[in-house]
Amino acid sequence: MLQIDLWKRVLIWLVCVTGLIMALPNAFYTRVEQSNDAVIEIIAKGETPERLEVVEQWPSWMPSSLVNLGLDLRGGAHLLAEVKVADVYAARMDAMWPEVRDALRPERATVGTFRRQPGPDGQIRLKISKPEGMSRALELVRGLATPVTSLTGVGATDIEVSAEGDILTVQLSDAEKLSSDDRTVRQSLEIIRRRIDEVGTREPTIQRQGVDRILIQVPGIGSASELKKIIGTTAQLTFSPVVGRGSDGDAAPGVGNEIIPSLDEPGVFFTIESAPVVTGEDLVDAQPAFDQNGRPSVSFRFNTSGARRFGDYTAENIGSPFAIVLDDEVVSAPVIQSHIPGGSGIITGNFTIEESTNLAVLLRAGALPAGLEFLEERTIGPELGQDSIDAGKIATIVAFGGVLVFMVLSYGLFGIFANVALILNIALIFGMLSLIGGTLTLPGIAGIVLTVGMAVDANVLVFERIREELKAGRGPARAIEEGYSKALSAILDANVTTFITAVILFAMGSGPVRGFAITLGLGIMTSVFTAIFVTRVMIVMWFERRRPKTIEV
Amino acid sequence: MRLKLVPEKTSFDFFSSWKLWMGFSALLMVLSVVSFFAQGLNFGIDFRGGTTVRTESSQAIDIATYRGAMEPLELGDISITEVFDPNFEADEHVAMIRIQAQADGEAISGETIEALQAALDVIAPGIKFVSVESVGPKVSGELVQTAVLAVVLAISAVLVYIWLRFEWQFALGAVAALVHDVLLTIGVFAAVQIKFDLAIIAALLTIVGYSLNDTVVVFDRVRENLRKFKKLSLAEVLNLSINQTLSRTVMTSVTTLIALVSLFVLGGDVIRGFVFAMIWGVIVGTYSSVFVASTILLKLGVKRDWSKQANTTGNQFSNIDA
Repeated sequence: MLQIDLWKRVLIWLVCVTGLIMALPNAFYTRVEQSNDAVIEIIAKGETPERLEVVEQWPSWMPSSLVNLGLDLRGGAHLLAEVKVADVYAARMDAMWPEVRDALRPERATVGTFRRQPGPDGQIRLKISKPEGMSRALELVRGLATPVTSLTGVGATDIEVSAEGDILTVQLSDAEKLSSDDRTVRQSLEIIRRRIDEVGTREPTIQRQGVDRILIQVPGIGSASELKKIIGTTAQLTFSPVVGRGSDGDAAPGVGNEIIPSLDEPGVFFTIESAPVVTGEDLVDAQPAFDQNGRPSVSFRFNTSGARRFGDYTAENIGSPFAIVLDDEVVSAPVIQSHIPGGSGIITGNFTIEESTNLAVLLRAGALPAGLEFLEERTIGPELGQDSIDAGKIATIVAFGGVLVFMVLSYGLFGIFANVALILNIALIFGMLSLIGGTLTLPGIAGIVLTVGMAVDANVLVFERIREELKAGRGPARAIEEGYSKALSAILDANVTTFITAVILFAMGSGPVRGFAITLGLGIMTSVFTAIFVTRVMIVMWFERRRPKTIEV
Repeated sequence: MRLKLVPEKTSFDFFSSWKLWMGFSALLMVLSVVSFFAQGLNFGIDFRGGTTVRTESSQAIDIATYRGAMEPLELGDISITEVFDPNFEADEHVAMIRIQAQADGEAISGETIEALQAALDVIAPGIKFVSVESVGPKVSGELVQTAVLAVVLAISAVLVYIWLRFEWQFALGAVAALVHDVLLTIGVFAAVQIKFDLAIIAALLTIVGYSLNDTVVVFDRVRENLRKFKKLSLAEVLNLSINQTLSRTVMTSVTTLIALVSLFVLGGDVIRGFVFAMIWGVIVGTYSSVFVASTILLKLGVKRDWSKQANTTGNQFSNIDA
């Protein structure tokens, strides 16, 4: 007979009530959001009466997790960037060149004179004049190698040195490339995160995708180009020795040198050494400042090792110029007036106050270790997002109303039971979404609307089955009982198959499609729950109270 | 008084003219394939790279003027379509501009967008770019692969599940119906040239899920009736099962369509293509679970010498009580 244990009834209603409470904050979205923001501000910046007032808009004993709105609903920018990991190889080799030179210099007697030859990026090609001394040269350069610390590269060293005739080639080993790639991407991720945090936008998503890609989503930002400016595609700062100055950008720079233009003097080119004295990585602080003439400038400070190198170099090269290079452009090329020991200095140029502030921010956040290539970018204006939310709301309400009316017309009282379950269903979806911190996207709303249509399916299966059992002459209680037990296998098989497709969508999809998979998957779970537990409890409770002799479904 | 879309008791013969239905389906499938190869799909930027810009201005849109304004920028192949939606205000004119993928694997540059906006601002002062989406060809190639993989994976996962829960003939019947639905949906997108993007793949997978849902409900009843009515022929059992579940099939399709149609009309133009795919899929899926899946099952035949313990397999979940 129709019986459900008390503890099961309590449990079922408890789940429903919990779902409703979890979903409730979403009904007061703006208010809860402001309150949550104020809580974060108080933790970060301390308490003020205004902030406390905002916090109290939403009682603290209520749950306050909200459904995240996807970019297509809130507006914002989305970027998919590929880190050009190979950039680092070239930089590493250029940095290694002075070391190689210093190692070979004392052994000129054995290896003869040597010159760096032009070669592909990421290689040092060295020609020595005495090929018979090659084995000694190999030994010396190999001595510079250090072991790689990675899981796969046990026993491997970071460089690969080989010889062919009188040419000696140095390049990074495969093991080192692997671990270098990983470091580069992680470093880039961290720097991008810091730069975006500096600007202080809310809830940015910055995550690694695949081996060398980074996904960046920032809600509320004006456009993807603005976001790209903040990330500062290649804000690389170096301090490099100047070899010469000229007006021909295509002149031969000589091996180990490069020619780059001046930032504010058109037509002026500097030849600088490719291996910098100090790079932006050694920078610990940068602040907007004014120089002695009151022009905007940026003051900076190096860490100890940077300060030592900068100090040594300035001490040895008094009177010669050096270049401050930002993004392959010479910001300024002052002549070293005196030994600069403390590791701090000032960059002057034709800056506006805004430019000097931006430059300081970029420098402080650190340079990106490698360039970024933007493979995908999307900007969604906030108005379009709001339009989508409004349209989605109206569509959901109309869909909801239509289905509710249709169910009552078709099944009478049982239709009302199904409708209560349907309303609970939507609340449970929102509750679960808030709980797992899921993101609601426009296709996600479509998923909810689809769930509204499909959620009644399980109930329809049961009701149709009860009708059949009644037709077959069974009593009301027996018909309900049989209806549920016989419909169960169809309900489960049908929903498991749909759930499988939702899981595949979630695994393979990205962004909005994933949002759809989440609401569809959650919708399947909640609709099965409401159909086989909630409506059942309702029907049983109604039945126990009324004890009808006949029922009409 | 109850609203009844399907009479209390029906006894349609779904297989009397099975050749007609199968021929009809086969013809539609051939047409879909022809249309796919002849016209091709109107791939969105997700799949072929490029940029779409959604503009909004208070002036009426003249496509030729827009095109003329963009000509000096030399952006290559450009298509401009005006968007209409009942939700728009009277002076809200929206256009979608699609620009072909630029060379070098990257997304479009910010300067190009600024130049474009400046050029359009001359002919439509105060024009706003409400969304700009750009996908480099490198990513779009991968997205195509992932999408195809997703659909194939979904269909095979389902094949395996039905095989485990039913017999292989059922699995083949269900998958034939799925392939039918997917082909017809792709066919309609090729024929009408609606934009085919990532969201449509999501819709395709949902159609797979929905159509399957329908098929499984019919098959579940077939499995039950095969045991119950051992004397009836397979065709009779199938007919009986489809008739018994017909009311449910129609009810669920109608509630789902109510929801989808309201989304189609009121949900805004951004997801209209997506919703269109699903409406089409629900109709095709309902049709195919009755006419395609069952007919295939009938032609394949089912072994009926169920062993004794098989009596419970059909209800193996029915011991769960709540």
